[in-house]
This record gives sequence, structure tokens and C-alpha cells, in this order.
Amino acid sequence: MFEFILERYNYWIVIALMMTGLYIVFSRGNLVKTLIGLNLFQTSVFIFYITVGKVVGGTAPILLGGHSDGDHDDHGSDHGGAHGESHGETHHDAALSADDAVAAVHGDLVNELSPGAGSSSHDGDHTSLHHEPEGLPTNSLYTGTSEEHVPDLITRAGSADVPHADGHGADAALDQLYSNPLPHVLILTAIVVGVATTAVGLSLAVRIREAYGTVEEDDIEAIDNKTLLAEVVA
Amino acid sequence: MLLDDLPVLPVIVPLIAAPVCLLFPNNRVPGIFASVVAAVSAILAAMLLTDVATNGPANYDLGGWAAPLGIVYRVDIAGALVMTLVATMAALTIPYAIRGIEKDIAPSQVSAFFAMFLICFAGLIGVVATGDAFNVFVFLEISSLSTYTLVAMGAKRDRRALTAAFTYLVLGTIGATFFVIGLGLLYQVTGTLNMLDIHERLVGQDNRVVRAAFAFIFTGLALKLAMFPLHQWLPNAYTFAPSAVTAFLASTATKVAIYAMLRFLFTVFGFQFGFMDVAFGMFLLLGMVGMFVASLIAVFRDDVKTVFAYSSVAQIGYMLLGISFATPEGVGAALVYVVNHAVTKAALFMAIGAVVYSIGSQKMPAFRGLAKRMPVTAGALIVSGLALVGVPMTAGFISKWVLIRAAFEATLPIPSLFLVLFIVSTTLLAVGYVGRLVWEMTLQEPEGQIEVKPVPLAMMVPMLIVAFLTFYLGVNADGLVSLSEAAARELLNTGLGTGGAN
Amino acid sequence: MNALLHMVSAEAALVGALITPLIGLVFISLLDRSPDAREASTLATGLITLLFVATIFVAVGEGARPSLTLFEMLPGLSVSFSVEPLGALFGLIASGLWLVNSVYSIGYMRGNNEKAQTRFYMSFAIAITAALGIAYSGNLLTFFLFYETLTISTFPLVSHKRDEKARAGGRIYIGILMGTSIGLLLPAIICTYWLTGTTDFVLGGIIAEHVRPTSAWTAILLCLFAYGTAKAALMPTHPWLPNAMVAPTPVSAFLHAVAVVKAGVFGIMKISLYTFGAQTLQGTIASDIILYIAAASILIASAIAMTQDNLKARLAYSTVSQLSYITLGAMLANRLGIIGGSTQIAAHALGKMTLFMCAGAIYTAAHKSLVSEMRGLARVMPYTFIAYIIGACSIIGLPPMAGSWPKFFLMLGSVDRGELILLVVLIISSLMNIVYLMAPAVRGFMDPPPESQGTEIAEAPAFCLVPAWTTAIGTIILFLLMGDLVRYLEPLVAGL
Repeated sequence: MFEFILERYNYWIVIALMMTGLYIVFSRGNLVKTLIGLNLFQTSVFIFYITVGKVVGGTAPILLGGHSDGDHDDHGSDHGGAHGESHGETHHDAALSADDAVAAVHGDLVNELSPGAGSSSHDGDHTSLHHEPEGLPTNSLYTGTSEEHVPDLITRAGSADVPHADGHGADAALDQLYSNPLPHVLILTAIVVGVATTAVGLSLAVRIREAYGTVEEDDIEAIDNKTLLAEVVA
Repeated sequence: MLLDDLPVLPVIVPLIAAPVCLLFPNNRVPGIFASVVAAVSAILAAMLLTDVATNGPANYDLGGWAAPLGIVYRVDIAGALVMTLVATMAALTIPYAIRGIEKDIAPSQVSAFFAMFLICFAGLIGVVATGDAFNVFVFLEISSLSTYTLVAMGAKRDRRALTAAFTYLVLGTIGATFFVIGLGLLYQVTGTLNMLDIHERLVGQDNRVVRAAFAFIFTGLALKLAMFPLHQWLPNAYTFAPSAVTAFLASTATKVAIYAMLRFLFTVFGFQFGFMDVAFGMFLLLGMVGMFVASLIAVFRDDVKTVFAYSSVAQIGYMLLGISFATPEGVGAALVYVVNHAVTKAALFMAIGAVVYSIGSQKMPAFRGLAKRMPVTAGALIVSGLALVGVPMTAGFISKWVLIRAAFEATLPIPSLFLVLFIVSTTLLAVGYVGRLVWEMTLQEPEGQIEVKPVPLAMMVPMLIVAFLTFYLGVNADGLVSLSEAAARELLNTGLGTGGAN
Repeated sequence: MNALLHMVSAEAALVGALITPLIGLVFISLLDRSPDAREASTLATGLITLLFVATIFVAVGEGARPSLTLFEMLPGLSVSFSVEPLGALFGLIASGLWLVNSVYSIGYMRGNNEKAQTRFYMSFAIAITAALGIAYSGNLLTFFLFYETLTISTFPLVSHKRDEKARAGGRIYIGILMGTSIGLLLPAIICTYWLTGTTDFVLGGIIAEHVRPTSAWTAILLCLFAYGTAKAALMPTHPWLPNAMVAPTPVSAFLHAVAVVKAGVFGIMKISLYTFGAQTLQGTIASDIILYIAAASILIASAIAMTQDNLKARLAYSTVSQLSYITLGAMLANRLGIIGGSTQIAAHALGKMTLFMCAGAIYTAAHKSLVSEMRGLARVMPYTFIAYIIGACSIIGLPPMAGSWPKFFLMLGSVDRGELILLVVLIISSLMNIVYLMAPAVRGFMDPPPESQGTEIAEAPAFCLVPAWTTAIGTIILFLLMGDLVRYLEPLVAGL
């Protein structure tokens, strides 16, 4: 039981952040504090997405042309520990062909938090949270992830010296384990949305301050009630 | 070539046009430009609808990346129907806004207003067009963010618009974030974001992650569509937003959220599991409670916009009721309701906006003796008010009729007859609040001698077109009803597969 | 005359009858500033409408069944008209008496300096369209639509005076009528559609094929319909009628003796013949329930009428009682019951209209509305009171006034059905009618006038007397023409 909780420590962080954020939103009367709470709430989601996309022992999804370098350590340290390493090795061994490797990445994606799933990520003892869909096709999406999206990412990242890899070139990179890039890209979008929301919210707070002379919800409500009363009297 | 790009064009056109709007000076040019853009979008959407209705769902791979890898736009009948609705409403409310916002927003904000309006419009269309789950979130936020600013622009007339917008922002963001958490969980389970692909991999899975994903998405969208009791943001936002914005929002924003809800319930999940029944049960229960409570609140409000804002909350209950049947007839009825209610509410809020423009107040006393002061506007208000109640020969009657017919045909946890009686009795409450307004307008003498500014033609014409539509849809309903039923059948077939859940 | 009534086809007349009042409405509203032209257009509208309606009446008598579909919203759901004898009769009564009443209103409204007369005439024009729409409706939905229109259009008339009392009366009026129609009639229509898949009026009924006559559904539906058409004032939905008496007298005379209340009982009659079918209703428990409620209504309303001092209130309760005769006839569902109920629609309209116009004449001439104040009044205004007596005799059911025939038919019908107790009820009711309707006349003629009464009270003005006498004589003519009317209504009871 204790292990079960510990294994999922990143999820607990997400939940704690989420609840803290929501609590701030609902309990604070100060508009700016409300926005901070909202931000915290959104941040928890960012972390959640990053968690989802992280493959234990995986590196940044950059095509490196056949050999890995230091990047590996940076990303691996997120999860760290013997558990993660065993994961990595398993897949390293299993990664014989492109398809297999991709399937392995997928397996990891789903199972990364599975306790004691080190040796069998494709089948076997999944808890309900980590249940892998039976008969899941080894689908083009993951093939695509390594064959198409990845090069795309590289060009975007500006690593101009890396040659544009085609499908076959991916083979060379397959002994390298990647984190799933898609959630990271998604969360970049979500962060942009979050920033925009904060910006709109803050500018609203500024305008409210200009119009009411306060950003305290209670005071604003009192002023509004006074206006309402004046309307009724008039 | 144009035909191939149809699914994406109604989104792209306003999205590109929006920044262009900002380049114009603050006069009538941005409004006219935006009107043309919206009209083009509306025509494209209508073309898409006819295309989809005859040739089946239209697909478009964005940037040439095929599904399930790339972002795919997939428009079926339901999508095309809602898209046409949104685009038509935009094409009618934007010209209305050219003159309608004169009193509502600061002159320096005119071009920004129309830019925001177009972005909001593009976002709403995007939600409908896309076949990618995460894209739904992005477009939902694009439209929401612009909506917050549009609502806040009403601050020139009443500063409470600012607080209303702020509340809307906080609750809207919470809803969107819930939604995106749900998407993350879904991705965790399926590893894909394409809706059909998710569905394929999801079918039959009923575990904690799927349930959590469902619960998060359901709650997030319920917030966005203002399901009772998650409607708190709606009344103030509708009350204090500029009238043209209220007319547009009331007819599109919640409707698109309902569409997204349908999409996720039936296309993305679309299989039987425990939470699905819970969701339908909640729709039924909360829909009914919302219908009753919100209508009751509406009867006792003095601000006419607030009255009809609460009425919107109540009317959403009817749509949820239709969805809760989970039959093609029920979902079809909900779609009919979506369209008819959108048209009706647009007409109502446009007419109220005309009163605000001419008399300068949206409180009940301003409407006293309106039939004498502004007979045309009063006429439009009465026609659309009757449509809201559901008087035969108006759109509202058709929507209630198909809903009731669906209720009789569905197997429900409560007796159909009871439900029908309940629908009828809440209609009586609608008679209450509409009747009160009509009474003030026709049978009360106007108070004092206020100078009544004549309503400009640019406001009058769109208002009358929409008011006529409420009548037309009530008289010639066959097309809409059969289209909605086809859409519902398609929705339920791709999803639940059986053509009915319960 | 005959040529005039065959000038246009029945279909064209149907369109004309429904449109003419609306065209008149436009003229009335445009002529707000010149009362004379406004009143002239009201009368012209009334006359033209009457011509169209008479054309339809004659054509239906010759076997035509003109019909018209205005809109078809969904398959099986349309706004359409189809005229049959009962509707043609109701249409003729409504538009004929509207013309008479218009003459009366012009005098009354001007004589009493009422405000907002343009709105008054406009509402009247909408009301007559609605009444004709009800009369000619081809299905339940159309019936409902015009039924509601009638309620809404008469609401401004009821609360015409705008004081607190008028407002309270208006609230009760619209509350009861709309509440019952939306709360009961609409669900009944929906259930009917659900059970049968149609809302069309078909002679012989549409229910019987889908539901057993003895089943609970029939009983529930019948109750919903009977109480949903609260304009029929079946107890306990009657309070709107006495409360509507706050309206000016022409409104009470026309609407609450003819158009509105008759729309209600016409609805019950039509629904029992064309939705349930007489054969379905015969001898079912469902019809028994309503039958006894109607009988109770007759007696209770008569009893209340006896206690009312205000003449208009007394007439209102008398109307409640008399309307239940028609409901009773419909529920008897045999040949004589249906004929009795249908002829009662015409006979009561003429008689009660006479009484109301006399009450209005007394109010206009002497400003008295309480029965207790009418001592000796008849001595100074004998013509008014003689017209009153003729009307009262018709309602009571004394020959040679029209009201005698329907009572006779209904009594025979009760015997046919084997309900002797109803026969007793009808006889007792007639005795009560004598007491409460004759009291004002007896008081007026027999009692000496109070000493305080000055000499300034004279006979009512001509505009009051002429319409009152027109309808009073009408009751006598109808007595003589009853045979023709019964023949006219024969298609309704064919096969019974």
C-alpha cells in the first residue's frame, strides 16, 4: 500500500497542486490571488501532462544520428532510481526493429508507473490504472512519432546540423529511448493558453481596479449592491 | 478545389480576417469587413452542410498529415448543422453590432471588438469542425478568451461587465482545465488524440482512468455549456455584455459546448459503461431541476436581459433532457432544440438591444408601453417571446414537440408521461416571464416622455430576419427535423453502435 | 340573397372569413385618430365577415366540407381548417352576434366615455378571428392555437378599466384559462397524438381504434379535455367567468355569452364527436364522470346565481350553469343529447346576449347594477325589461322562445340514456332559473320605485335597445326554425 502511494508520487504532486489551486480560487476574495490560484491549478495540469509523456529512462525526442549523448541523463533523472533503469534496459534489449521499439515505447508510456512491471511491460500484471488495452494495434501513430514527427521537431528546435531523417534513418536512433514528445507539445499549447488566460484575467483585474478602486471581491460586491439599491430606489 | 477545402475554410477565413480587422480605423469599416467575412463563412458552412448531407462526412487533413497522426477536420451532419447555425448567427449579429455597439463600447475599441468577435467566431466553428480532441480544447479556449474580453467591453455602459467577465473567466478556465485533464487521461489510455481513433481503442474499457477521464471531460463541458447548477457565470455575463455579444453568445457559445458534449459522449466514448448511465441520469435530473429553478428565477427578475439569461439556463435543461434519452430521436430533438433556441434567443436579445439603444435601459420599466413607442421591435420581441414559450407556428413549438415525441418513444427511468407533464408545467413558467414582458409592453402606458431614438436599419434588418426565422422554423420544420434526426443517427451509430443506449 | 351567398366558393369564403377581420384590424389601428371612420370600418368588417361566414354556412348545409391547410410543419402536424355543420353553426352565431354587438359597443363605449377604444375594437377583431379559427379548425392543434389566441386577445378587454379590480379579474381570467389550456389541454393533445398518430378531427373519433373505450386512458383523456377547455366553465374551473365581469358590458355580452364560453363548449362538443366519437363515449364510465360533474355544475351554479345581487354576476353564474347543459349533451353522446347540446349553443347565445345587453342598458340609463336597486325600474324603462323577460324566458326554456327546444331534447336524451336523475336535475334547474332570472323583472315591474329615485331615469337609448330587441326577436325566430336547424345538424348524429 505504502509502495503503491510512493510509486505515484508525481501524481500526488499533481493532485496536491490542483487542490491547492482550486482552494485558492474559491476561498480568496482578492482577484489577483484568485488568478494565482487559477495559475497553480493549470500548472498542476502541465505537470500531469509532462508525467504522462515521460518515458522512464527516455531522452528528449531528438534524432541524434545513431548515438546518444548527455541529454539522456538530464531526462532520466526525472524519474531516476533502479526501477527506471531496469525499464530502460528491458527496452533496450527488446528494441530490435522499428516496430518493436515503438511498441515498447508505448508500453512504457502506459506502464511507466506500474509497480514491479519492469520485466513485462507488454503483458501481465497491470493494475487497473495501468491497464493496457488488449489487442492494441501497433499503430502508425507511434511509427509516425519516430519517423515523421521527430525530424519535424528537430528542424523546429533549430538543430540544423542534424540531417533530415527519413523512415530508414530512424533505425539508427532506435537504440535510443525517447520520451513521448506529443504531450509535451500539447502542454506547450496549453501553457500558451494559460498565459493568455492569465493576461486577460490580469488586465480585467486592472480594469476592475480602475472602475471600482479595489480588487477585493467583498468590496466590489458591496459597491454593486449599493448600485443595485440606487437603481431600485430610482 | 474549393469543395475539398470546405471543412477548414469557415474556420480559416475569420481567423485570418481577425488581425486584419485590427488594421482598420475605429469607424464602421471593421464592422462591414467582419460582416462580409462572416457572410462568406456562413455561405461556406451552408455549402458544407448540403455537401455533408448528401455525400456523408467530409474529411480534411490539416497540413497534409493523415489521421490518426495529423490533426484532422471531420465534419458530419451534426457538425455541419451546428457550424451553419454558428456562422449564420455570426453573419446576422455582426452587421447588427455595427450600429448596436455604439452605446455599449468605447469608440476606441471598435476595431478590437470586431477582431475579437471574429476570433470568437472562428474558435466556435473550430470546435465544431475538428476531429481532434485536443484541438477542441484549443478552439474552445480561443473562443472563450475572446468571449471574456467581449463581455468585458460592456463596461462602458455598466462596470459590472468587468466582474461578470472575471467570474466567467475563472469558471470558464476551470471548466477548460477540467476538460484538458480528461483529455490527458484519455491520451494516457489510448495514446491518440484523434476522436475516432480514441473511440476505437477505448471501446469496452471500463477502468479507473477511463472513468476519471470521462468525469473530468463531462464536468468541464458541463461548466462550459452552463448545465444547472454550473451556470453561475452565465446570467451576469449575458446581462452586462454588449447586446450584440449577448445575442451571439446566447445563440452559439453554449450550443457549441453542447455539441462538444454530444461529440464526446457519443463519438469519443460512445459505449456502454457505468459512468455513461450516470451522465445520462445527471442530464435528466439536473436538466429537470434546471428547467424548473431557472425558469422560476427568471419570473422574478427585473432586468429583462437577466430574465432571458436565466431562461437560457432553463432551456439548456430541455436540450440535456433530449440527450439523456440517448436515442436517435432524443438526440435529434436536442439538436432541433439547439437550433431553434439559438434563433429564438438571438431574436430576443437583438430586440432587447434595440430597446437599450433607443431608450437606454434594459429594466422592465423601460419596456412599458413599448408597443406604442417602438411597434416593430415590440412585435419582434412578442414573436420571439412566443417562440420561447412554444406557441404553435413558432420554432419553440417544434422543438418541444419533437422533444416530447422522443420522450414518449424512449425508455426512461421515470414515466414518460410524467416527464411530458413536467415539460408542460415548466412551459407555464415560461408563459409567466414572457407574459410579464408582453403585458408591460402592450398593456401598460409608457412612463414619462423619454426621447426614443429610432432604431437604425442596420439593427432592424438582422433583428427582423431572425424574428422571421423563428416563425419560419415553426412553420416549415420538416427540413430541420429530418436533418437533425439524420445527424443524431449518425452520431449514435459511430458511437454507441446500437442506435440507442438504454 | 341566395345569389349573394353563392357568389364565392366555400373555400374562398373560408379564406375570406379568416382574413377579413385581420384586414379590418389594420384599418382600425390606422384610423385611431378618427373614431367615426374606425367604427365604420369595424361595422364593414363585421358585415363582410358575416357574408363569408353565411356563405360557408349555406355551403355546408348543401353538403360541402370546405377545407384548407395553412401550414404543414411536420408530417401529420399542420395548421388546417375543415368546416362541418357544428363549426359552421358556431361560426355563424359568433360572426352574426359580433355584428350586433359592434353596434351595441359603439353606443356603449361612446355613451360611457370609455378610454382606449381603438385597442378595444382591435382586440375584438382578433377575438372574432380566433373564434372563427376555432369554429373551422380541422385538427386539435389548430383548435389549440386559436383557443389560446382567443384567450390572449380577450385579456385586454377584460382588464380594460385598468383599475385594481380589473387587474385582479384579468389575472384570474388569464391564469385559469391559460393554466388549464397549457397544463391540461396541451398534454391531452400530445397524448392523443401519441396514441393515435394524428390530431385530425374525424367524425366518429380517432381514439377508438387505438384505445379501448373502457380503458383508463379514455377516462384520463376525457377529463383532461373537459377541464383543459376551461372556457366551458365546468366546475371547478369556472371562477374566471364571474371574475371576467369586470369588463365593459359589451365584452361580457359578446365574449362571455357567445364567443369565449361557446368556444369552450364547442370544443368539448367537437372533441367528443370528432376525437372520441359519440359511439365511444356512449355508456363509458369516463363520460359518466363528466356527465355527473356537469349535472352538479348546473345545480351548484344556479344556486350561487340565486345569491348574487349584482345582475352581471348573476348572469355569469347562470352562464356557468347553462354551459354545463351543453357539456351534459355532449356526454350523453346519444342522438338527442348531441342535438340538444348543439342547439343549446345557438339558443343560449341569443338568450344570454339579450340579457347582458339589457343589463348594460340598465347600467347606461340608470347606472344601476344591483338587483336590489331595481325596484320599480321597469316602469320607467319597460322596453328594456320586456326584452329582458324574453331573453330570460328563453334561458328558462319556455316556449315560444328558442331555449325551450334544447332543454326538451336534453330531457329526452337523458331518458334515452336511462339517467332519470338527470331529468330531475334539468327540471330543478329550470325552476331555479325562473327564480333568479325573473326576480329582477318582477322587482322592476311589481315593486314600487324607491322614493329617492328621481325622474331623470328614462328608457335606455336606442343603440342599447335595438340590438337587445334584435336578439330577443332572434330567440323567437330560432324557436320557429328549430326544425331546420335540427336537420342541418343531422350529419353529426348520422348513424346514432
